[in-house]
This record gives sequence, C-alpha cells and structure tokens, in this order.
Amino acid sequence: MTAQIIGTYFVCLSLIIGSGFVLVGAIGLLKFNDPMTRLHAPTKVGTVGIGMLLIASIIHSFDIGQPSTHELLIMAFLFVTAPISANFIGKVNIHCKACDTPPPPADGDTWSTLDVPDQESER
Amino acid sequence: MGRALHWLIPHPLLTLILTIVWMLLQNEISAGMIVFGFILGVIIPWGTSVWWPDTPKSFRVGKMASFSLVVIWDIIVANIEVAWIVLTVPSSKLKPAWIVVPLQLRQPEAITMLAGTITLTPGTVSADLASNGRSLLVHVLHTDDPDAVRDDIITRYEARLLEIFA
Repeated sequence: MTAQIIGTYFVCLSLIIGSGFVLVGAIGLLKFNDPMTRLHAPTKVGTVGIGMLLIASIIHSFDIGQPSTHELLIMAFLFVTAPISANFIGKVNIHCKACDTPPPPADGDTWSTLDVPDQESER
Repeated sequence: MGRALHWLIPHPLLTLILTIVWMLLQNEISAGMIVFGFILGVIIPWGTSVWWPDTPKSFRVGKMASFSLVVIWDIIVANIEVAWIVLTVPSSKLKPAWIVVPLQLRQPEAITMLAGTITLTPGTVSADLASNGRSLLVHVLHTDDPDAVRDDIITRYEARLLEIFA
C-alpha cells in the first residue's frame, strides 16, 4: 500500500467519525426538551464532530500534495468561540426564566444575569 | 535595550501567536512572510493596547501546555460520554443539575479560560458569573452527584489555572 492509499483510509475514517458526532449532536438538539439540556449536545459534540471533519480536510490536502493549514485556524477559533455562544444562550435562558431558577451563589450575592435594577426605581 | 524591547513588544506571547496565525493563513513559510507576520504582531498589540490595560502579571507557558493536553484529552472523553447519554438516556430519566463553583481565581482572563474549559468538557456548560465575580454557575447535563462534579472542576481545572496565573 502506498502512503496515498493509507491517507485516503484515514480521510474516510475521520469523515465517518466526524459526521457521526455531528449527527448525534443534531439528535440531542431534537430529543431533549429543556432549553438548558439542549445546549449540551451542540456545544460539545459539535466541536469534536467539526474538528474531525477538519482533520479529514488536512489529511486530504497533504494527500493530494497541496498542504493546507487553514483548518487549524478554523479549529482554534471554533474552540474559542463555541463556549461564548453557549454562555450567552445560557444567560438568555436564565434571564427569560426559561429554565429552573438556579440556586444563589455561596456568599449571599446574586448572579450577574439576575442582578437587574428594579422596574419601579427605573421609572 | 530591555525597555526599548518592552516598548516595542508589550505582549511577546501575543506577537508570537499573531506571527504564527499569519503564517498559517498564508499557507507558506518564507522569510518575507515571517517578517510581515512579525510586523503585524507588533502593530496589532500596540494599536489595541488601549482596550486591555491590565494584562496578567505572569503566565507560565510550560504549565499551559500540560493543561492544554489534559483539556484536549477531556474533550475527547467528554464527547463520547455525552454522545452516549444523548443516544441511550431518555429525556424523562435525565438528571440535569445546577452547581455553584466557588472561585479562587481573580483575574478575568483566568476566569474566562476556566469558563471556556468547563463548557468544552464533560457534560457541563458554564452559564453565569456572580455579580462579585466569586462564583461560577454551571449546568450539568446528567449527574447523580453534583458535589463530586464541583470538586472535580476545582481540583482538575481551577488548581491548574491557579498555577498558570500564579
């Protein structure tokens, strides 16, 4: 077997694993019925799913002799930004009371999302 | 010399990262690209320094590397665990929970990294920060023992971040 054929096998394997994880992420998004639990499926399963698809892309680019490293950047930015969007969706859920109200922090403080000025005093 | 270097490169790590990102973007390694990447690495931190007055005092690169390896391993394990939960546990039997993690970390950069790590790892999403910045609210997808998850976060991630930003 030449290196190219082995590379092709690795590309296929990565594509299958990646698309499998993305599929599971989509199933989780559909299956769970609470906004907060729904958040778990795409944030985690999605990152590894897309990560494997990008790894497949890198291996393929080396395979056909045109090495490309843009995928590493996509992966880095994805891993940095995914938690932030999840955090914002979580904050919106808490703020709109779409989920159970969380327990208060340890030292008698409030969560920053719930720390809003009174409607009365604003007027 | 030292002061001139500090004036030119206030954030050496950021300069290095920007140079590497530029080379990855260009998809080639040549002397011209390295020089241009370095010029960008000097100009961008200098131009944006107004927006980040407080940089972390110390940052240990070696500890950061081992922390990254731990996190990458945890992300892979976490994904398999969450995929298993999604496929096998019916919605009605799911035991989601809120947990409150008291923070020893004080620097905003360190707390951001901890929150990001928590979101990317085993069945947990960091949802909110207390107004005084001393507790982190975390949502767990499926657990029988919320206290164990909290202790795990503290010993596994926060202790390491405390060392990195010590």
